[in-house]
Amino acid sequence: MLPHYWPTPVTGDPLIYGADVSIALVSIAILFVLFYYKKWGWLWREWLTTVDHKKIGILYVIAALLMLFRGGVDGLLMRTQLAQPNMHFLESEHYNQVFSTHGTIMILFVAMPFMFALFNIVIPLQIGARDVAFPYLNAISFWMFFFGALLLNISFVIGGSPDAGWVSYAPLTEKQFDPGPGENFYLMALQLSGIGSMATGINFLVTILRMRAPGMTLMRMPLLTWAVLAASIIIIYAFPALTIALALLLIDRVAGAHFFTMGHGGNPMMYTNLFWIWGHPEVYIVLLPVFGVFSEVFPAFSGKRVFGYSSMVASLMAISIVSFLLWAHHFFTMGAGPGVNTYFGIASMAIGIPTGVKVFNWMFTMYRGRIRMTMPMRWAVGFIPNFVIGGATGVMLAAAPGDYQYHNSFFLIAHFHQVLIGGTIYGSLAGMYFWWPKMFGFTLDEKRGRIAFWLWNVGFYVTFFPQYLLGLMGMTRRIYTYPPGMGWTNLNLLSTIGAFLMGLGFIYIVWDILYSTMHRSELKDVTGDPWNARSLEWSLPSPPPHYNFAVVPTVTRRDEWWELKKSGRADVLRPTAQDIEAIHMPNNSGKPIIFSVFFFIVGLGFVFEWYAVIVIGLAGVLATMLLRSVEEDTGHHIPAEEVRHEEMALGRM
Amino acid sequence: MAVSNKDLSGVLARGQSAGHSHDENELRVAGFWIFLSTDMILFACLFATYLVLRGNTDAGPTPQQIFDVRGFTEETFILLTSSFTCGLATHAMHEGRRGGLITWLSITALLGLSFVGLEVSEFVHDVGVGATMQRSAFLSAFFTLVGTHGLHVSIGILWMISIMYQILKRGINATTARKLTIVGLYWHFLDVVWVFLFTVVYLMGVM
Ligand code: HEM
Ligand SMILES: [Cu+2]
Repeated sequence: MLPHYWPTPVTGDPLIYGADVSIALVSIAILFVLFYYKKWGWLWREWLTTVDHKKIGILYVIAALLMLFRGGVDGLLMRTQLAQPNMHFLESEHYNQVFSTHGTIMILFVAMPFMFALFNIVIPLQIGARDVAFPYLNAISFWMFFFGALLLNISFVIGGSPDAGWVSYAPLTEKQFDPGPGENFYLMALQLSGIGSMATGINFLVTILRMRAPGMTLMRMPLLTWAVLAASIIIIYAFPALTIALALLLIDRVAGAHFFTMGHGGNPMMYTNLFWIWGHPEVYIVLLPVFGVFSEVFPAFSGKRVFGYSSMVASLMAISIVSFLLWAHHFFTMGAGPGVNTYFGIASMAIGIPTGVKVFNWMFTMYRGRIRMTMPMRWAVGFIPNFVIGGATGVMLAAAPGDYQYHNSFFLIAHFHQVLIGGTIYGSLAGMYFWWPKMFGFTLDEKRGRIAFWLWNVGFYVTFFPQYLLGLMGMTRRIYTYPPGMGWTNLNLLSTIGAFLMGLGFIYIVWDILYSTMHRSELKDVTGDPWNARSLEWSLPSPPPHYNFAVVPTVTRRDEWWELKKSGRADVLRPTAQDIEAIHMPNNSGKPIIFSVFFFIVGLGFVFEWYAVIVIGLAGVLATMLLRSVEEDTGHHIPAEEVRHEEMALGRM
Repeated sequence: MAVSNKDLSGVLARGQSAGHSHDENELRVAGFWIFLSTDMILFACLFATYLVLRGNTDAGPTPQQIFDVRGFTEETFILLTSSFTCGLATHAMHEGRRGGLITWLSITALLGLSFVGLEVSEFVHDVGVGATMQRSAFLSAFFTLVGTHGLHVSIGILWMISIMYQILKRGINATTARKLTIVGLYWHFLDVVWVFLFTVVYLMGVM
């Protein structure tokens, strides 16, 4: 059978050829370095086959930063196009592709991996565990995410990118209106990474429920752990709806079914409902963990315990439930009727209550504290006004009659960037600066970080404040250009200037990382506790040994590490020679990456509707699963002697 | 080759320890329960879609016209029986009887296979009379919902075969016992889903 599509670089657009060439050059450069320095074995042993949660966490951070670059470039391309009326920098078709990939990448391949980086790097250390519940599955999660992201990214250069927004609404995305492989890329990329996300949710729920150190009762858990618990619950119950929405749309497209088509009884609104049943909880999946970060950062740099611990826990759990009851506020204008709209409007406003409780608690934590303005704290403090404004505009959007005015305007764009950048990205960066020394053994430079923060923070307001006004003036989202004389020109130019300031801010963050890496000996963290912080991970050396805890600590209260330090008994958590026993650890495995490669092949098969490729990919997936099932892999033991040696070398004994 | 009940209760026990347990088998059973709850939501979304689209037959075949009471009743009996035989296999495992275990599990897999066979022949018949997935939204939803269940059953059969191979090779031990427990959970879950399918799709369809 003849394949439906051949992958060809779309159109004759010079930008895309430029991208083709630069991707080819970068790939060649990477391959050259790997061959020249004979680094293949190292890469395979240390990274590609690792099941160590700390390394997987680092892989997530790198992926998130790379994708933030790609998504940011998309953002700047769009802002450049909109800087002046009637520009022809991007054509309409190309603009559609850029905003679609921008939104998709930012949510799924920036925000999500930042969250998973936090999960992986911090949670096991914070609860006194040596790894997650299912380390092998954890590696599968990462590689499924990675190949999902890869699939979406190659769409730009082969076959054409999705162009129907990050929501990919039907019936616009049906074959009839959107032929070509672009939307298939979207559907398969999200499906692959979604499988990984679901597995991560299950993994961390079990980890937190079952792997805590003795004595760490639920109400002694650090708030980040609570936040990850809540986010995991949301992941587990929200992602299946996305899986179904994507699968049914794919069946429509490749098998000619009629779930969401205009004719033959299809119901396009069913897609919208399924998408947002996942989509609204998704925004809390990328927010709750950063709420957790702030709940660690504010107390650490205020020198006080967090204000209102129990109300923090209660509000997290309340949000995790209520987040499932709001989805229709994304389509008040669908015409569901006043009853439905009233309910969803009020429910959306109600979720502001637990969120507001948290903001007040963070402020009370700082109140009369001994505040240290470090990099993590700077991003955390910057978050508060962002979130207050984002919350206020959110309530405006939740008022259904008002939403008929703002719907799909730049007001909405400004609102969700306010919470997504101001919340998720600020929080992820706060977390990155905070736990960077734990990951790599050195802190990031303050001076360069400060410049990055201010460029970004000022750039942020300059970009998005004008957009609120533009929205109120009637400028709708997803338009590739606008005529002069609408009164929009100056505000758009201002917004573009702000976007470039943010771009500069991003470059400064990268520069900060490079600079600090070069000066890592001066920035070295020798204590393991560079911030004088509160939870168990800071009782370990930076970076912690492969097995984390030589002896699993016993917990007797909240903020155990802080309390021990205060009473001068921090040594209690150091291992003693006779307490050290052999440690059981999981084995590395190449199967997770191979398994995911086969899934990637399945993805490509569906994208281009090459049925033989799908069959080959699926056979590979099944074969790897069967091989794993019959494999006897019970892990290995690190002998007590070796652990003692290692602890001695770390100066802990 | 017997295995004491104590070993197995370690495999099967849940939730006894105060948040601190590193028994890998126990962790996996707990994880699998959570996985099943995600699978349940997956089916719930498919059911919701089916219910929304059920009446949209686009003047094509209706449920009354294509559902064959005898066929789906047979399927139901076969699958319910297989759940029972799967339970017997687990029982044999608890008593350490490998032969009984393999016999009952083989019967379960064979029943599963005949279930899938009947379903495939139902689909082939439907397509033969022009009731294809491309015909109407109702049929798209019908084939997808029932087919997803059938796919789950097929995967379950492959999985059982792999576990039988492992038990024949290595006997009943904590690991293989855990695997059998998990595939048993999966199989009973599919049975419950089928009860809903039977009621919501078939019974409500022909009534
Ligand atoms: C680097 C700063 C950023 C800039 C300059 C920027 C700019 C833009 C612009 C111009 C649009 C399209 C407006 C339109 O024509 O409809 C857009 C859409 C969007 N952005 Fe951003 N953005 C940035 C960061 C982010 C981040 C961090 C996220 C999420 C974590 C995000 C999520 C989205 C989403 C979901 C859309 C909607 C896409 C769609 O219409 O389908 N953006 N952004
Ligand atoms: Cu929402």
